Amino acid sequence: MILDRRTLLVQLAAAMLAPRAARAATVTDGAGRSVPVPPRVERVFPAGPPAAIFLYTLAPELLLGWPRANRPQEREFLLPDVGGRPEVGRITGRGNTANLEVVLALKPDLILDVGSVNPTYVSLADRVQQQTGIPYALLDGRFDGIPLAYRTLGDLIGRREQGEALARNAEDTVKTITGRVGAIPPERRPRVYYARGPRGLETGLGGSINVETIELLAQNVAGGTRGGLANVSLEQVLLWNPDVIITIDQDFAATVFSDRTWAPVAAVHARRVHLSPKLPFGWVDFPPTVNRLIGLWWLGKILYPELFPEDLRKLTREFYARYYHVTPDAAQIDRVLAGRD
Amino acid sequence: MTRAFLPGLTVALGVLALGLLVAFTVGRYPVSLTELVDVLLARLTGRPSGAPAAVENVVLLVRGPRVIAAVMVGAALAVAGTAFQGLFRNPLVSPDILGASSGAALGAVLGIYFTLGVIGIEVLAFAGGLIAVAAVYVIGSLLQSRDPILVLVLTGVVVGALLGAGVGLVKYLADPYNQLPAMTFWLLGSLAATTVSDLVPLTVPIVLGTAVLVALRWRLNVMSLPEDEARALGVATGPLRIAIVTAATLVTSASVATSGIIGWVGLVVPHLARALVGPDFPRLIPTAAVLGGGYLLLIDTLARTAAPVEIPLGILTAVIGTPFLHLAAGRHAADLVVSTRS
Repeated sequence: MILDRRTLLVQLAAAMLAPRAARAATVTDGAGRSVPVPPRVERVFPAGPPAAIFLYTLAPELLLGWPRANRPQEREFLLPDVGGRPEVGRITGRGNTANLEVVLALKPDLILDVGSVNPTYVSLADRVQQQTGIPYALLDGRFDGIPLAYRTLGDLIGRREQGEALARNAEDTVKTITGRVGAIPPERRPRVYYARGPRGLETGLGGSINVETIELLAQNVAGGTRGGLANVSLEQVLLWNPDVIITIDQDFAATVFSDRTWAPVAAVHARRVHLSPKLPFGWVDFPPTVNRLIGLWWLGKILYPELFPEDLRKLTREFYARYYHVTPDAAQIDRVLAGRD
Repeated sequence: MTRAFLPGLTVALGVLALGLLVAFTVGRYPVSLTELVDVLLARLTGRPSGAPAAVENVVLLVRGPRVIAAVMVGAALAVAGTAFQGLFRNPLVSPDILGASSGAALGAVLGIYFTLGVIGIEVLAFAGGLIAVAAVYVIGSLLQSRDPILVLVLTGVVVGALLGAGVGLVKYLADPYNQLPAMTFWLLGSLAATTVSDLVPLTVPIVLGTAVLVALRWRLNVMSLPEDEARALGVATGPLRIAIVTAATLVTSASVATSGIIGWVGLVVPHLARALVGPDFPRLIPTAAVLGGGYLLLIDTLARTAAPVEIPLGILTAVIGTPFLHLAAGRHAADLVVSTRS
């Protein structure tokens, strides 16, 4: 990518010298930071995968590019001209792959970050905003934070109505689903083991963002220990003896029923091992933002079929139309629901 | 300095026996002693056991293979470390000095990056270890020097660092949500996923490599002398060195491919074994093998029982290994001299 040196210098000078002309309009982001509202937003740089997805759902044409280029099977479920936009790296999450000069050369009007709102990311946001002079908004990607995140982003990019509509929809979805399950006391809910890794022995501990969907609707067997991702032994899984296993690993899902060592687990015995859909974005785990809303319906139907009579295919089509701006046909929905790449 | 062989070996065997007893009887899944004996006897005699199917499954298919793997990996790393410490005449050498672990690590993270299955990852790790050491050996041989051992160690350090950079690059490029945690876990080492089907690809190279090292135990005494002295004794140091390096690499790569990176065992156990039976290799090699098996078995038992979540083996071996090494170095400073001439 060729850097426009003059732009860079101008932007840097603007950042360093003049305290920008005080603007009346500022918005408070998910971290309580005050972010100036850009006069006109046409180009937005996503700091990481959740930010790209989140922005795509509200204003796809503003997206400058993707932290990682989408693969063909993912692009199939995205707007053709937006899904194929180039890889721009990420400036958040684990590892910094975007060069700030490249960010500046792309001339974004706004940098958007969606995900955990903790002091590390707050300081990163402050630093990048100060270095580049570009407003940097940090929004909360957890289910609780999504409605507010849509409203804040709507204010920032001048799409208040569309932001409000998605915020309402996200709110209603979570409220509807948790409302149906709410009557069931936590200890009577199915005990779910979340399996990652080709051998299914990587799991999400209590409170980890990886199991937010599962813990909203069911008991996470590994929830007794709080933390992020961890390895567990098969003996421990046998001891937990989960009723249901949710996995994102297709190798594990393909082999678990023929693996003698897993045979005694209640979920395997009852053939209740479910591979999560992941096209174009994962339904239960990552990236941790709105893409998991449809996963709540999917999980609800798996765990409480009598409480969720809706047709999942219809829900999928509606969700993809509203959030991903595409309408998948029956064969495409089959492919999504199969959970394979 | 000489120490009695039999008492020393008995101590090592005692550690292994204790390890086996503890490892089979404790675990996250409750198995009573009577159930355990019942299942094992039933297995040996071929009659059906009275224990519940789940208990039988835990003992024979989950805990059993893991116990066997821990003993084999521990023994392999200890023997390889002992042989290398003699060959390189350096008490701070561990089995990965020639890049076996770094090569295996690069192979494994590439396997995870390309989302291969378990077998693919293990094969790549094993091959990575072998290729790395072969490369080190070839490069080292190309450099003419009066001290081939020193050149080999230096080349190993350089290639290891390069491979480490490769691992870093792959981790950097990996998907941060799915692949990166898998890589991190692999690099920390664990036997949690061991199954019966892992034992065959683990056993063959380990038995083969260990057998070669045991057979060469007399020669190792000579190889731990300076190069010219060994030659003066009429030993063909070149071919012998290749044999020792190949055997040690075979066992190290096979262990690492199954268990991930487990440091410190191959460094610490030879010192403990030397404290027990002295530096004479014919005594040292078998003692190190037995002691290494028991040592890693006890550590792995701790790793899988201390918490509902596994504690990575690489972390435990470092936490437990470092004070041991310090103790061995302090108490038996004389034993740190690897050569038999002490």
